[in-house]
Amino acid sequence: MDSRSSEPAARPPLQTTARDGVKIVIVGGFGVGKTTMVRSVSEIRPLSTEEVMTEAGVGIDDNGDVLEKNTTTVAFDFGRISLDAEMVLYLFGAPGQERFWFLWERLFAGTLGAVVLVDTRRVADSWYAIDRLEHHRMPFIVARNNFGSPEHSLEDLREALSLSPNVPVIDCDARARSSSKDVLITLVRHLCELSAAREEREAEAS
Amino acid sequence: MIRRLVDSEDPDRLYTVTGGRSRAGDTAFDLVTLVTSRSEPTPGMQSEHVRILRVCRAPTAVVELSADLKLPVSIVKILLSDLLERGRISARHPSTPNDPSQLPDPAFLKQVLVGLQKL
Repeated sequence: MDSRSSEPAARPPLQTTARDGVKIVIVGGFGVGKTTMVRSVSEIRPLSTEEVMTEAGVGIDDNGDVLEKNTTTVAFDFGRISLDAEMVLYLFGAPGQERFWFLWERLFAGTLGAVVLVDTRRVADSWYAIDRLEHHRMPFIVARNNFGSPEHSLEDLREALSLSPNVPVIDCDARARSSSKDVLITLVRHLCELSAAREEREAEAS
Repeated sequence: MIRRLVDSEDPDRLYTVTGGRSRAGDTAFDLVTLVTSRSEPTPGMQSEHVRILRVCRAPTAVVELSADLKLPVSIVKILLSDLLERGRISARHPSTPNDPSQLPDPAFLKQVLVGLQKL
């Protein structure tokens, strides 16, 4: 923890022309493969950091001293993909648990979109994350990290998650670079469609 | 993978690092704001500032600095506001709109897509 003793791990520096950071978030329950997915496409070894949220002193103890401030800590992993000379995509793996969403606005405002990574054996883990993403009006797709031959079809999954028909649902293997890449491409294609549809609506309205 | 840096650490350190402030100034640093040093560290500088200036010889995102310095993102933002105020760093903020209902324009998304397809 001594800041003088540990120099940052060597990683390839960004090009000097890099100027626009872009965010995509992978949300999912514990052990579903978020970090695995980040690792499989990232140009750097995934890094880990955290954010704290401090709430003002919650009470006073028996001696009349103000109790220690209440802090919420959320840890998250991330990787990096240089898209071209100027654009750099940062890929965040974030826990879907409740306290994480308190920090969504502070950390992930301006995120392009999200991937909800689902473990078929624990589909219910994703309900809360999907609810929160809808609440934040954050576009997302659902990717089922497929650890074997699935018992259910993707349509069953769509139904189990009560997803609207326009949300893409796909299978993936988070360990495979090409598969994780396809997940990201599916998300960005979805965003392109949403963006084009919005422009059309605006053109009609004007 | 989940660390408990702050919980297990003397909170005084974070207080000292930021001179007691808990909020960054008006300059809105994003997780992915890219920071570049404009000068080399000078003697007598706070050690965290020295490290930031060294790491940021090449553009470096706020979140990468947070991982390197093993400090929470909000603390790093405060340190960066100091350096920005003194003209020691330059900051390139993301162009993406903050409001998620404001989708980026199709040309921007196309650029992202092309970059991903080249992976």
